[in-house]
This record gives sequence, structure tokens and C-alpha cells, in this order.
Amino acid sequence: MIVRIATEGQYELLGSDEETLDELDRHAVAAAEAGDEQQFHDSFARLLEYVRSNGQPVSDERLDSSDLILPPPDTSLEQARAEFTGEGLIPG
Amino acid sequence: MPGLSGRMSTIVKAKISKLLDRAEDPAETLEYSYQKQIELLQNVKKGIADVVTSKKRLQLQEKTLQDQIVKLDTQARQALAHGQEDLARTALERKNIAQTEIQSLDSQIAELEQQQEQLTASEQKLRTKIEQFRSKKEVIKAQYSAAEAQVRISEAATGVGEEMADVGLAMQRAVEKTENMKARAQAVGELEASGTFDDLTALGPAEDDIDRQLKQLSSSTEVDAELEKMKAELGSGTPAAAGELGAGSVGAEPQPQADQGHAQ
Repeated sequence: MIVRIATEGQYELLGSDEETLDELDRHAVAAAEAGDEQQFHDSFARLLEYVRSNGQPVSDERLDSSDLILPPPDTSLEQARAEFTGEGLIPG
Repeated sequence: MPGLSGRMSTIVKAKISKLLDRAEDPAETLEYSYQKQIELLQNVKKGIADVVTSKKRLQLQEKTLQDQIVKLDTQARQALAHGQEDLARTALERKNIAQTEIQSLDSQIAELEQQQEQLTASEQKLRTKIEQFRSKKEVIKAQYSAAEAQVRISEAATGVGEEMADVGLAMQRAVEKTENMKARAQAVGELEASGTFDDLTALGPAEDDIDRQLKQLSSSTEVDAELEKMKAELGSGTPAAAGELGAGSVGAEPQPQADQGHAQ
């Protein structure tokens, strides 16, 4: 499974990492929705750290697209909120 | 298969896919993708050049401020040596502001440096992928039927396309940051233009607007401390000036024995 951290790069992770990623992702989104700056910062950092430390960087020579794409590491709470809360931002 | 419900990733992926869909024209994928890739690569280069230009401008500004600091410090000493404490204080206030500006310039320069590194790495990565795409495309065209080649090349193009979208995002962020800094640099430029850091000899006797603002801006405790320190140095260092200074207020300064200078 290939996960991209936007503006950073792609990492190859095991299919079995999916569950953990999913859970970390949910925490980050919940914190963003709650508007909890510290919580968002921490949980998002944990999500990124999990990808970096459990994944292998994908070689530049590969042309595979990612299964998952995470927001850029410097995403602020406001930016995250704009993405994840409110209506009709992303159809489907 | 839990089926990723992680919204963080799905939303971002959806956005990037949408960007890709817009760019994708199946009929033209073959040659067109490559052209677009090359185009973006040029843009990234321009983006890097922009960041470098901004960085240089800030560095230049920093250099000017550093020169002013040296000049103001000298002027403060001279003023003090001639017993013009008010003038010395004004010079130190300006020096204080210039120092604060330099600190903020430092962190901005560091940030631009980081942007530059990141974009350069992105450009490198994209270049490798594009090169890979180009050679792969040729191989596929030679080995497969037209229809199958189209499919395989499309797949590869999607991989490169994602990288392109990602580099686009990094560029957009760099541009935003650079814009912010341009505004900031302009503000400092205006301070300079208003004469804040200018030669004090050009200073009129009356307290003008700038002076009043300066007094509010600069930390008076820091300025006071520096003034005292300067007085002490002048008092002990240059006997010629000492008489003019009336150094009584400098306070108890037990002169260390013999040639031991001020260690600190």
C-alpha cells in the first residue's frame, strides 16, 4: 500500500498498517472538528510519524499512484477545518 | 478489508484525483502528458528562482541593517564622549529596533532556505519520474499493441500526474509564504525610507514623529542598560573623554587590577 504525505513524498506500507492509519486519521479529523489545536497538532503528527517510521520511501523511479494521500505536514488547524468540516466541499 | 474511512486521506486524495481528471485527455495522453510534465518542470524552476530572489533581497536588507547597527553604535559612543546623552540614547534606540528587525529577518531567511531546499528536492524527484516516464513510454510503445500501450502509459501518466499535482501544491505553498515575506520586507523597507535607521547627523534637534514612535518601539530597559554599559566603558577606557562625561553617575565600578580587561 502506497501512502503519500503531500509535498513530502510516497511511502510503501503494509496492507496490515491500514487499520492503524485509519484510527490515527480518525483522531486527527475529530480533533480538527473539535477545533482543538493541541490535540490536532499531536494526532496529526502521530499519523505522519507512523507513515514515516513504518513505511519505506518509494523510489523516485517508480510511477505508481498512491492509495492514500495525507495533507502536507504544515497543515494548520484552520486549513484542516476548512477541509474536513462544513458541507459540500468534496462531492461523494 | 476495513475499507478506509479515514477522511483525512480520502479527502486529499479526492482533491488530487480531481486535479488529475481535469488534466486527463485520453485521446492525447501519450504525448500530451509528457509535454505537460516538461512544462511543470519549467514552472518549478521558476518557482525556485523566485524563492532565491526573495531570499537574496532579505539578505541584502539584513546586510544594510547590520551596517546601520555598526554606524549607530559608533555614533552613540561619539555622542556620549561629547556629553550628548540624549543623542546617544536616540542612536541606541534606533540600534535596538534594527536589531529586532534583524532577528525577524533571520527567521524569514531560514524559512525561505527551507522552501528552497524542499522545492529543489521536489524538482529533482519530478525530473527523475518524468525521465522514467519518457523511457517507459518508448518501451511500451514498441512492445505492446496500440490499445494496450495506451492503457499502460495512462497508468504511468497517472503516477507522474500525482507527483505533478503534489509539486504544484508545494509550489503554491511556497508562493504564499514568499508573498507574506514580500509584504514584511516592504514594511521594513518603509521604515528605512522614513529614515529610521539613517545617519544621526541628519537628525534635526526637535523631536519628530519618528522619534516618538521609536521611543515606543524600542525597549527602554535594554536601551538604558546599553547606555550605562557604554558610559562605563567610555569612563574607564578613554581618559580624554572622561572629563567631558562627568562620569560620576556611572556608579561603583571597582577598577580591576592592572591590565585585566572587561572579561564580561
